Amino acid sequence: MNVHEFQAKQMFGQFGVPVPRGREITSPEAGAAWAAELNTPVFVVKAQIHAGGRGKAGGVKITKDKAAVPGLVKELIGKTLVTHQTGPKGREVRRLLIEEGAAIAKELYVSLLVDRDSGWPVFIASTEGGMEIEEVAAHRPEKIIREAIDPAVGFQSYNGRNVAFALGLPAMEPAVVNPFIQMLGNLYRLFMEKNAAMVEINPLVITSDKKLIALDGKVSFDDNALFRHTDVQQMRDLHEEDPLEIEAGENNLNYIKLDGNIGCMVNGAGLAMATMDVIKLAGSEPANFLDVGGGATKETVAAGFRILLKDPNVKGIFINIFGGIVRCDRIAHGVIEAAKEVKINVPLVVRLQGTNADEGRKLLSESGLKLEVANDLWEAAQKIVKLTGKAA
Amino acid sequence: MSILVNKNTRVVVQGITGKEGSFHATQCKAYGTQVVAGVTPGKAGQEVEGIPVFNTVRDAVKKTECDTSLIFVPPPFCADAILEAADAGIKLVICITEGIPVNDMVKVKRALRGKDVRLIGPNCPGVITVDEAKIGIMPGFIHKKGVVGVVSRSGTLTYEAVHQLSTMGLGETTCVGIGGDPVNGTGFVDVLALFEKDPETQAIVMIGEIGGDAEEKAAEFIKKNVKKPVVSFIAGITAPPGRRMGHAGAIISGGKGTAAEKMKSLEAAGVRVVKNPAEIGNAVKVALGR
Repeated sequence: MNVHEFQAKQMFGQFGVPVPRGREITSPEAGAAWAAELNTPVFVVKAQIHAGGRGKAGGVKITKDKAAVPGLVKELIGKTLVTHQTGPKGREVRRLLIEEGAAIAKELYVSLLVDRDSGWPVFIASTEGGMEIEEVAAHRPEKIIREAIDPAVGFQSYNGRNVAFALGLPAMEPAVVNPFIQMLGNLYRLFMEKNAAMVEINPLVITSDKKLIALDGKVSFDDNALFRHTDVQQMRDLHEEDPLEIEAGENNLNYIKLDGNIGCMVNGAGLAMATMDVIKLAGSEPANFLDVGGGATKETVAAGFRILLKDPNVKGIFINIFGGIVRCDRIAHGVIEAAKEVKINVPLVVRLQGTNADEGRKLLSESGLKLEVANDLWEAAQKIVKLTGKAA
Repeated sequence: MSILVNKNTRVVVQGITGKEGSFHATQCKAYGTQVVAGVTPGKAGQEVEGIPVFNTVRDAVKKTECDTSLIFVPPPFCADAILEAADAGIKLVICITEGIPVNDMVKVKRALRGKDVRLIGPNCPGVITVDEAKIGIMPGFIHKKGVVGVVSRSGTLTYEAVHQLSTMGLGETTCVGIGGDPVNGTGFVDVLALFEKDPETQAIVMIGEIGGDAEEKAAEFIKKNVKKPVVSFIAGITAPPGRRMGHAGAIISGGKGTAAEKMKSLEAAGVRVVKNPAEIGNAVKVALGR
């Protein structure tokens, strides 16, 4: 689960990671009041959306004039930002972070995530702050410093020293070395205690008065651990999510909207991805990823149909079920009953394989429903693509 | 021969009195697996389909000499269950549970380091050695005894591949699901090494997906160490970056972990990579010269 920058910074504050004084603002009036209270030489007004690249898209405004703040709030709230991470439709700005500006002497980069191979948390740091870390990694890999933390003992001071010296921090600004080491320790504590999936500060700045400040902040949390953290759950912003994905989640379905026009419904994540791939191989594009899980029932199939059909791009539906523990005749019953409940006005191809597949296919063929039945994955993909036409 | 499990494997099911645990313990036993014990704290003395239940894994080991654990414990308590099994002297822990917090697995993986125990999973279908032992949730009947070893990060997609191998008459030796989580126990490399040594296994099917670099690591290993033919399919060529595709570990992040990259590494290592999952069986047939 992703959170906004202002929420990430609130959490940084709780864990002793230094951040600029700032507040979430949603109206020009509140903006004016907060600007008066903040009373700083430079005001930074930042659009809060769950996507990077806000600065380039015009989502960050800087002013020295307190009186200009409400106008900037008015300008940004309701504006649609299109960045390289939002897709062409962009994202509507509903909230802002207004904070004090910082006099930047040097920009650094720090992040923390779990290295999948070793299974250890790893700090990634660089002197090339303010840039996309992927760019740095690709073009100047020697500028990337990695420090793995042994989860058995947690963060130790030597870990911090390793990073600080590798960055050349003592030569850069000796006054920030100890605060930097302490800050890494605090980030590690946040990461483990709050079950974060990723913590990133880009840039982490050294100010002209020799202080460290997290000028930007990004935290994402492990969905599997949200049950432990009600405070994190409350940070969820449904406006930042696709409405169909929210509805799917409520029905315990795993759905991700894509741009093609063949809706697919599959049991199992790997098979669902493979089904998308086969649709493309057959000459079209998948409209979504949808995993109905191991125990597909009439209810889950019906919910799946409703979600697929709400996507106006869907011109055909491909159901691909490999019956393991789930019996295909049960699935067939589910499809038949769900199809009665939900009006399906697009071509439908159902491929059943595995446990009781013959019985399931027979039930579907005799149901009187307008659908095509298939045995084989490739045959089924070709059928649905033929019925809906190739991708433009 | 086979790898990891066989007809002599003695299984304890942790979480046996739960809905999933009791159903699958029964299914595994019906397949012929020696399911000798179950564990649910506070339910010692009960039986599930004739399988005695114990309070602790330690008790189960003492009374039944079980050596392998199959875990269905819910995610919040699962790290604890894995560590309990390891501490009780279980040598092979197969964890089916989906949804364990990543940081829990970070601690578990660290704690198991250097110990004489192998973890398979979590978030996997388990392990089956055809006609000997089914220790997991896969449908037993789709498997046929044969010559192909299967290793996969997926569940139903593995069944798809197995179905093709079985209907084409090639059959399988052992099928191992290593799971879809970002931090897991046994990886591709370990299983590939076991298949390479197994005299019955003549070819290997490796099913990967987007996210991480386990497939790239496997490619390096195959290039140096695997003489047997390997056929591979990587799911998610159409998956968008930055989105988790069902499995917690199936995500392209920072441009890394794409299906195209993995296919390229595997092809460079001499692996036959199929783009169409319906072609897995055929590719194995060709690789074996049948």
